[in-house]
Amino acid sequence: MARVFRFGDGISTDAIMPGRYNLTTDPDALAKACFIENRPDFHETVRTGDVIVAGNNFGCGSSREHAPLSIKASGVSAVVARSFARIFYRNAVNLGLPVIRCADLYDAVQDGDEVVVDIDQGTIVANGRTFQGEAPSAVARRISEAGSLVELIKNHGWAAIEEVV
Amino acid sequence: MGTLVEEILSRRVGRPVHAGDTVVAEVDAVMAHDVTGPLAIDAFRSLEMPIWNASRTVFSFDHVFPSNSVAASELHRRIREFAAEFGIRNLFAEGICHLVMVERGFIRPGGVVVGADSHSTTYGALGCFATGMGSTDIGVTMATGRSWFRVPETLRIEVTGKLARGVQAKDLALSVIHQLGAEGANYLAVEWGGPTVSAMGLSERLTLSNLSVDFGAKCGLCEVDAKTWEYLHLPDGGDLRPSQASYAEVLRVDVSDLEPQVSAPPAIENVRPLSELAGTRLDEVFIGSCANGRIEDMAIVAGMLEGRQVSPTTRTIIIPGTRTAYVQALERGYIDTFVRAGAVVMAAGCGPCLGRQHGTLGPGERALSTSMRNYPGRMGSPDAEIYLANPAVAAASALAGVIADPREEN
Repeated sequence: MARVFRFGDGISTDAIMPGRYNLTTDPDALAKACFIENRPDFHETVRTGDVIVAGNNFGCGSSREHAPLSIKASGVSAVVARSFARIFYRNAVNLGLPVIRCADLYDAVQDGDEVVVDIDQGTIVANGRTFQGEAPSAVARRISEAGSLVELIKNHGWAAIEEVV
Repeated sequence: MGTLVEEILSRRVGRPVHAGDTVVAEVDAVMAHDVTGPLAIDAFRSLEMPIWNASRTVFSFDHVFPSNSVAASELHRRIREFAAEFGIRNLFAEGICHLVMVERGFIRPGGVVVGADSHSTTYGALGCFATGMGSTDIGVTMATGRSWFRVPETLRIEVTGKLARGVQAKDLALSVIHQLGAEGANYLAVEWGGPTVSAMGLSERLTLSNLSVDFGAKCGLCEVDAKTWEYLHLPDGGDLRPSQASYAEVLRVDVSDLEPQVSAPPAIENVRPLSELAGTRLDEVFIGSCANGRIEDMAIVAGMLEGRQVSPTTRTIIIPGTRTAYVQALERGYIDTFVRAGAVVMAAGCGPCLGRQHGTLGPGERALSTSMRNYPGRMGSPDAEIYLANPAVAAASALAGVIADPREEN
């Protein structure tokens, strides 16, 4: 079972990865700094497969990809938020970090609750209820299926995106 | 035909496109800076493809330049090695990437530009569709010269009225953010228009487009007129305006009675009229950034600091955004004024805006900044407070050591 790490509204990329900690591209070093000031025990307590649940505008602010990279490198299996900032959402999809928009889950779970996330279906089971996330766009789905934007473009070129739009 | 973003992207792909369509489009230029660049290079190398166009690929050393640590120096070294390997000569260390991109001629009305920095929306002031992306997208564009875009719906902000003395584009942007919230334009194109925007100089329009991303916009466009071409030192290529456009929303704003606005911590939409916050004690004032680091901003500040002394209890840091702005400020005597007034003038770059080098805030400290982000931890300690305002408010506050009203200066 995955455990929920619950965050509020407007969690910025500065909160996920402060600008004083992203002078590296090493995923392990970034994982150690993930939420280092917003939630200092995050790195010590998060386990592979755990899920971040957040409110509105998750990942707002800087385009720094170190933020979703640090979450992915922490072992988080999915981020489920009421809404995402545009650049963060796109970065997460590009990196293969599952992101699900879901309006109702946020108010139905608390920190530490256990949940089951079905990435392919976009569903989350929590406290005996099943929540349906929004379906991703055709492009986002195509990138996710390839694993990452780099894998998609490397193996199929832009035609892979042009044929789904 | 259509909104500005529809018009620009239709021209680019050679067929009419509308909000909701998704396109793969060629770009005119691709930019990354010293912190996002190395991850973009990693993505590029993973593709095992040749570079698209070295002369349209730009790296800017600005977020941590000159380097303040071995880690930053290592990032710089990786970018230099990559540039040498692929023949990229656009390796600039002369100020903030967004201002340098404009000065160096990479931005053209009607163009398409992507950058690995959220404030790439700044170029929209010149009628260029420009948006910020992460490093992976930028690395892919460095290899292919293209990116994919969902053509966004447009929020038109129609502005009327004359801005009062001491009230600037920054205040208009902050008041709109207050009204719409920090994600009020998420996924939308913002189109700034109306007589007030037409009357503005390009420096102020650049401020509007810059701040557009801070309420979520994908791009922040202004119409192209004679002033646009003049600012770029280009022959007049004609106007570019929306025609028969269908908007998702039109927001009408009359700025006649607008007073200076201050965004108070902990979030940008927490905007209050200056009068409510006047007297708030400050430990630091920062004047600069891609929002308000142009020579026009320096002129406003120099006019207020001339022959005066900043408060001894407040450290005042002033950074002209680019080397060009710095040299102009030198020639006009502004730097002399700043230094004699007791301010610290630093090399062109991002400075304290993102807390990475000089001017970093300690716990419990309070700063007023002309930059555009006041998230907890943005400029240093998460227990510091950041207030955002226009350059005139910043200068008045530097003199007083507390948040102060520039309209009460002589």
